Amino acid sequence: MNALPLASFSGAIEFIFTPQTSNVTGGNKVGGFDKSLELVLKHLEVTAIALAIALVVALPLGLYLGHRGKGELFAVGLGNAGRAIPELAVIALVAALIGVGLKTVAPALALLGIAPILVNTYVGVRQVDRGTVEAARGMGMSELEIMRKVELPLSVPTVMGGVRAAAIVILATATIAPLAGVETLGDFIINRNVYGENGLLAGAILVALLALTIEGLLALLQNRLTSDGLKLKTV
Amino acid sequence: MGSPLVLAAGEVGGDFFRERDVGDLCQAQSGHLFCWDWAKENLDRYGTPTVQHLEIVLISVLVGFVVAFALALIAHRTRWLQPPLLTATGLLYTIPSIAFFFLLIPLTGFGRDTAIIVLAAYTLQIIYRNTILGLNNVPSSVKDAARGMGFTDRQILWKVELPLAIPEIIAGLRVAVVSTIAIATLVVFINAGGLGTQIYGEGNLTFPTTVIIAMAIVMGMALLFDLVLLTVQRLTTPWRRVRQA
Repeated sequence: MNALPLASFSGAIEFIFTPQTSNVTGGNKVGGFDKSLELVLKHLEVTAIALAIALVVALPLGLYLGHRGKGELFAVGLGNAGRAIPELAVIALVAALIGVGLKTVAPALALLGIAPILVNTYVGVRQVDRGTVEAARGMGMSELEIMRKVELPLSVPTVMGGVRAAAIVILATATIAPLAGVETLGDFIINRNVYGENGLLAGAILVALLALTIEGLLALLQNRLTSDGLKLKTV
Repeated sequence: MGSPLVLAAGEVGGDFFRERDVGDLCQAQSGHLFCWDWAKENLDRYGTPTVQHLEIVLISVLVGFVVAFALALIAHRTRWLQPPLLTATGLLYTIPSIAFFFLLIPLTGFGRDTAIIVLAAYTLQIIYRNTILGLNNVPSSVKDAARGMGFTDRQILWKVELPLAIPEIIAGLRVAVVSTIAIATLVVFINAGGLGTQIYGEGNLTFPTTVIIAMAIVMGMALLFDLVLLTVQRLTTPWRRVRQA
């Protein structure tokens, strides 16, 4: 079909840094560094807010359920169901039924991040050696202390696996947030008629780079949060 | 792309976007969550997109499985390849699907080929990782026993290691199939059809009834395939049931 020439990769890079004359909008300049930066920041803002909401909901719930050893069916079932939800439908429904804007989009995106964090936290806590937990209890730790000082640190690698998965799904879905009135990098992609084909590709490049950067940073954070003792064990 | 599996490029558009006269069927259109009358009269419009959706998912997962399985077998023999292959497939998985689609546009154009390449690339990590995990979980005592009975390395792989790795391999396939069914809704952005057309097509976005129907078909399809694969796993690993009993 209408494949673009290979050369448009350079066109897309140019689009990111200098405003281009759009043949669609009648000579108006579109794109450029300022616009790209604005959309990158908005994309990051939406992602950060949604991830924070997902963490606040899923982390304590996963810790609690894992600690009590309850709700395995709920946690694992939610994880499986979460994977089957089409993101596009979530954004469309939220926009049509609740309304557009950051206030509705961020919680909707958070919803997609809850399942991976909850499941991984649950599984991570369940994997903590029960003998270790008993030892902590024997030393006089309260249940809250056991969760915070024993189970959470020991399950950091698994929990962070869930956080990384959540961050990626939220960041990816934030690309279609312009459909619900939030101007993220997806604006370049969805409003093709304004930004042209170079803008489309520029949006794709920026979203991909952003995802790889965030994934890399979270991997570094995971490394920092994991105690040295745990790293010894896995080697 | 040179895949012989892809015979025809996806045909989209056409009569998916029939005139929608909701006014007659649901009197107060605004604020309507779900219009049953419209749904009853228009259920047939989901047939073609559902078939397209299924085709894209099945071809993608098949391609992904063949590639990932081959990679896993190579890495099983050449152990130092295991970590770099995991990182490489992980990087592919990190790139958001919509971005991935459009990054390929200059190379493979709009349409189904691009959709299948991206969706197949997405399944690599989970299938590869689980196959390796399953093979690594086979106890060395079992392999020693097989070797003692005179099995060659190849026989050990196909008759001992792989059958014992089936639960992990199918667990990976289940995740791959379920998430591919969900992500395939996004191929509408590169004109590759599927159930996404019933969410993102003209006027659909603001009409919750069609979004809900499409979402229900997608999730129903995911559940169905999950159950099918679970059954396959049970049937192919009879010894597991014996152990549990």
